[in-house]
Amino acid sequence: MRLLSPAQAQKVAVATMWTLAAITIGILVFIIGYILVLGLPYVTWSFLTEAPRQMGRSGGILPMIVATVAVAGLAVLIAGPVGVATAVYLTEYTREGRLTSFIRFGADCLAGIPSIIFGLFGFVFFTITLGMGLSVISGALTLALMVLPTIIRTAEVAIRAVPYSYREVSYGLGTTRWQMITKVVLPSALPGICTGVVLSVGRSISETAAVMLTAGSAPRMPESMFDSSRTLALHFYILSREGISMTNAYATASVLIISILSLNVIAYWIMNRFMRRVR
Amino acid sequence: MTDTTKQPKIQVRDVTISYAGKAVLRNLSLDIHPNERLAIIGPANSGKTSLLRCLNRLNDLQYGFSVTGQILLDGRDIYAPNVDVAALRRRVGMVYAVPVPLPWSMYENIVFGLRVTGIRDKATLDERVETSLKSAVLWDEIKDRLHEPAHNLSGGQQQRLCLARVLALHPDVLILDEPCSGLDPISTGKIEDALAELAARHTIILVTNNTKQASRASDRIAFFLMGELVETGPTTQIFTKPNDPRTDDYITGRFG
Repeated sequence: MRLLSPAQAQKVAVATMWTLAAITIGILVFIIGYILVLGLPYVTWSFLTEAPRQMGRSGGILPMIVATVAVAGLAVLIAGPVGVATAVYLTEYTREGRLTSFIRFGADCLAGIPSIIFGLFGFVFFTITLGMGLSVISGALTLALMVLPTIIRTAEVAIRAVPYSYREVSYGLGTTRWQMITKVVLPSALPGICTGVVLSVGRSISETAAVMLTAGSAPRMPESMFDSSRTLALHFYILSREGISMTNAYATASVLIISILSLNVIAYWIMNRFMRRVR
Repeated sequence: MTDTTKQPKIQVRDVTISYAGKAVLRNLSLDIHPNERLAIIGPANSGKTSLLRCLNRLNDLQYGFSVTGQILLDGRDIYAPNVDVAALRRRVGMVYAVPVPLPWSMYENIVFGLRVTGIRDKATLDERVETSLKSAVLWDEIKDRLHEPAHNLSGGQQQRLCLARVLALHPDVLILDEPCSGLDPISTGKIEDALAELAARHTIILVTNNTKQASRASDRIAFFLMGELVETGPTTQIFTKPNDPRTDDYITGRFG
């Protein structure tokens, strides 16, 4: 005895999956919508271009925007080249062996460490031992360590996805290994590498715990890499945790969400354009 | 026709090729003369491709690969320690069994190898693209859409593009590894026509599983069997009265 005919089972399955997908999208829309409805009305031009007053009760968030861009940007600028170079080494310069599996295991372990631990390490190592203090550079270095595994693994997957025959063709046409990597492999892997970098920018922007311990929380404009600063995510945390101003907290969160969303949209757009050009 | 009085283009001397200690080609000695079209035939696993991939040292990439004996190109050992492998690969151009256009335009595919050597001048690049595409019998088909993606081409056109890409580097020797294995008879015919013309300026070594193709597109044939060279001889002789009965068996289709 069959409960459902194959056609009915098919219908039920489609309906179930459709519902589950709709729930996923629904949750996303609800969270973003909730924040935007509460925060967006307060995001005015002056909110974006003024310094905070009374610890953020009034005024704007310009220093936090600058700090976020500086900390997250520097972090990715540091972790990007290191991560891609590691991925190139793993894929092109070594054979699979103890060393590569050890490096990969290390990167995976690094990825599993909670961000607060990175914060603690950054605080002890960069801030105190290296004497960088609570500063943009301490925060950026800490975040760089945190996003490094993501960049390594996404870059590695992207580089491995480049067909082996491309490498053979490149060698056959008289390129050195380095020319093969820089002119054939990396350009073909670029969309994948970009995905990892964009994910990392997103994680850096939204990180709170690690930057609180390393970049500090001074709500003023950082004037150099060695100044303490407060990122948007941390500002939002402090505003809501200490009950300073919920409206400004939601407004800050709206700015954060819109930045990350537009970052993703821009990245997808660039990647699509790029892929169309190479295909 | 083949001029055997000059120094051979390539001399293979007592070469044994192994992968991970297992020999796939044993004690091979073979001279290849300038401007001849040599076809290497033989059943699968007879060591044809392994030899080919030694001639441009592509085997170096293979883990566990080793070669003993000597391979001389114009009298010089290509496995000598001071050899510029990239330059060797430009002199010994290879066309693979499966055409692999790089994911760029047709034009970019052809000029890639030239750009790598430092040629930047647009007029030179354009000229090389035109002449090499003409030599590969592809120019008339794609001259108006050189900047379209190479992946848009049909399989046969892609293979001729790959041939043109190699020709643009002005190689001395062309090595082709079953270049028509996946192609229709018309594309195959075009590649064979191109090879006939190219023999005037290049030495051509063609590995093929297609005995008919070997009879059409070669001056001389080398028959490999299970890692050994059974015999070589002018194409007509191999097809009419081979010295070794095994050669006769193979070309008449009794095994292989």
